[in-house]
Amino acid sequence: MEADDAFAAGAPRGPGEPRQGFDLDPARLRGMTQSRLSRRDFVRAGATAAAVAGLGSVLSACGIAGTRDTGAPASFDWSSWWSKQQKHGVLDWANWPLYIDTSHGRHPSLERFTKQTGIHVNYRPVIQENASFFAQISPVLQARQGIGYDLIVISDGWELTQMIANRWLIPLDHSRIPNFRRHAGPIAVHPSFDPRNRYTVTWQAGITGIGYDPRMTGREITSVKDLWDPAFKGKVGMMSDDTELGSVGMLALGIDPVSSTPADWKRAAALLTKQRDEGLVRQYYDQSYIKALEDGDTWISQAWSGDIFQANYSGFKHLKFVIPKEGGMLWHDNCMIPLHAQNPVDALEWVNFYYQPPIQAMIEDWVNYLCPVPAAKGLIANKLNDPSVADSQLVFPSPSTNRRLRDYYDFRGIDDHDEWTSIFQPVYQS
Amino acid sequence: MSARTARLRQLAVPYALELPAGAWVGLFFLVPLLAILSVSLMTGNSIDGYALTWNFHIYPDVIDQYSTQFARSFYYGLASTAIALVVMYPVAYWIAFYGGRHKSTLLLVILLPFFVSFVIRILTWQFILADQGIILGSLKDIGLLPSDFHVLSTPGAVIAGLTYDALPFMALPIYVALDNIDRSHIEAAADLYASRREQFLRVVLPLSAPGVYAGILLVAITNIGDYVSAAILGGPSTTMIGNIIQTQYVQNANYPTASALALILMAALLLGMYVYARAFGTRTIQEYV
Repeated sequence: MEADDAFAAGAPRGPGEPRQGFDLDPARLRGMTQSRLSRRDFVRAGATAAAVAGLGSVLSACGIAGTRDTGAPASFDWSSWWSKQQKHGVLDWANWPLYIDTSHGRHPSLERFTKQTGIHVNYRPVIQENASFFAQISPVLQARQGIGYDLIVISDGWELTQMIANRWLIPLDHSRIPNFRRHAGPIAVHPSFDPRNRYTVTWQAGITGIGYDPRMTGREITSVKDLWDPAFKGKVGMMSDDTELGSVGMLALGIDPVSSTPADWKRAAALLTKQRDEGLVRQYYDQSYIKALEDGDTWISQAWSGDIFQANYSGFKHLKFVIPKEGGMLWHDNCMIPLHAQNPVDALEWVNFYYQPPIQAMIEDWVNYLCPVPAAKGLIANKLNDPSVADSQLVFPSPSTNRRLRDYYDFRGIDDHDEWTSIFQPVYQS
Repeated sequence: MSARTARLRQLAVPYALELPAGAWVGLFFLVPLLAILSVSLMTGNSIDGYALTWNFHIYPDVIDQYSTQFARSFYYGLASTAIALVVMYPVAYWIAFYGGRHKSTLLLVILLPFFVSFVIRILTWQFILADQGIILGSLKDIGLLPSDFHVLSTPGAVIAGLTYDALPFMALPIYVALDNIDRSHIEAAADLYASRREQFLRVVLPLSAPGVYAGILLVAITNIGDYVSAAILGGPSTTMIGNIIQTQYVQNANYPTASALALILMAALLLGMYVYARAFGTRTIQEYV
């Protein structure tokens, strides 16, 4: 079958050969997407612009292909495919920055993995943002080609939904990752966006709650509604992320995002617009919200749990994080194997290695997000002697904390997603 | 052979010389422009694909939807251009007339910030201007500023960022124009009893007009389309059209909207340039004689 060959075949890439040009650093990407130079060129050729417009008729045959049906065939026999795969001794892995144990520029857990298995890991912390990373890889996957990585880490959200819907992921062979079944905690198993962990396993999870500076707010923060407190006018940080922004708006209205409807979205957007128009919002931030909180530009902000934890260790001891009483959003960053990956067996070997409690403890003690392996707690407390991490509700949440965590809304299709963005984007891009 | 081939070759030389520039414009400007034009008229979505349906409606639609951001981009872009002109003209003047043998060094000093990445420089401003940062924090501590005073997240911060980045682009063409002025013109004016003020207003300023003209074009066009400054220094209501285009393209994969916005911006800039050229087109020395 031709379609099968098109994605299953493809010459394997050896460790020394060049990858397919995806080591883009963000500054470079910005440089490419920014139209400064080209606009100057536009001016130079300004006179020809009018003539060009007339040539439009030439273009009638054009179009941009969609991503539908560019993935694996629905009926593909993955178990026989897996049975034919072999270990190659190399793993190309794209992860987010500061997301693995690091000591003097090296990664002890990866080094131990290489020593134990002989698999050399090309570790690339190149993912800055789900949307921009997806924008980089989707044209390649759409062209039915490999992206040069065997393992990537993407959060649950619209990009992951598309990866799954396009069948751009290789279903995991769970027989090769027994440690996952053995040690994964309730947070990692069977998430709403990927039932039975068919395509993904959790790398780290985390909570979106509220970060604040008690010296400035003058009181402890307990509720999502505190983000609407007029006392903090101009000092509230919100996130420039449709999903985070919309979800917190719904929590403030007492709506559970996972079961929300478009009518709820509109009410939440109205509440968020009111917050903006009353001058409460300082800015809609990406990851830089943490800097704003540290610098005192904001006093209270939507925040990710691990960031506040790390800020406490880097000289900002006064910052606090709270899971509001209305609930905190639980997100997962997930390991997955993209279609056309050359070293899938090596990727699963790493995942299996990662899901051992001692390795988890090693990485968790450095990363400080929500740990997918509960058994790592005792090791961090006793062997690594770091009770502040082991006892943290933000790393090892108790059952009562767990009950306050909410799942995100799962988009049912592109129309659904477009409706959501068209409702929430105008809030932060006004 | 000789005479005819030689003449043919002679005729071909100008065209051959033009070839690289022509190919550059054709390949890297016209082709992408046509592509953008066609994409802007498509409908669909990223999963099902986009098909050309000649959807001209998108133009009035996006103008209607983003008129605020368009207007704001022009306001920020032109304001920063004006400030850069007022700030850099005296600097360029001073270097051209009083720089002496240090001219090159002084120009290098102006260009020096360009050796650091643009994004890094803007991020540094974010650090310097933080509410409790080294400047505002200190002024607040000694009571010179109210505690809720802030610079970041305001339109002023965005305009300042745009201005800052534009300074060298404004200074260089003005400097070149001023430096090229034949000093005997000024001496002639003085001989004819022109005061210092008149010498400047009636001789130097008109002769530097081409530099001012070029500086304004360079700065205004880049700044109106900029989005880095607004993204890093701006607040909840300082979104420029460049930010919208970026979001629509990268985040939403809404290529038609992004393309239509880019083309409208370009058309508006061309129109503005045309009006500007007609109104203030530069005059050369010959026209004054």
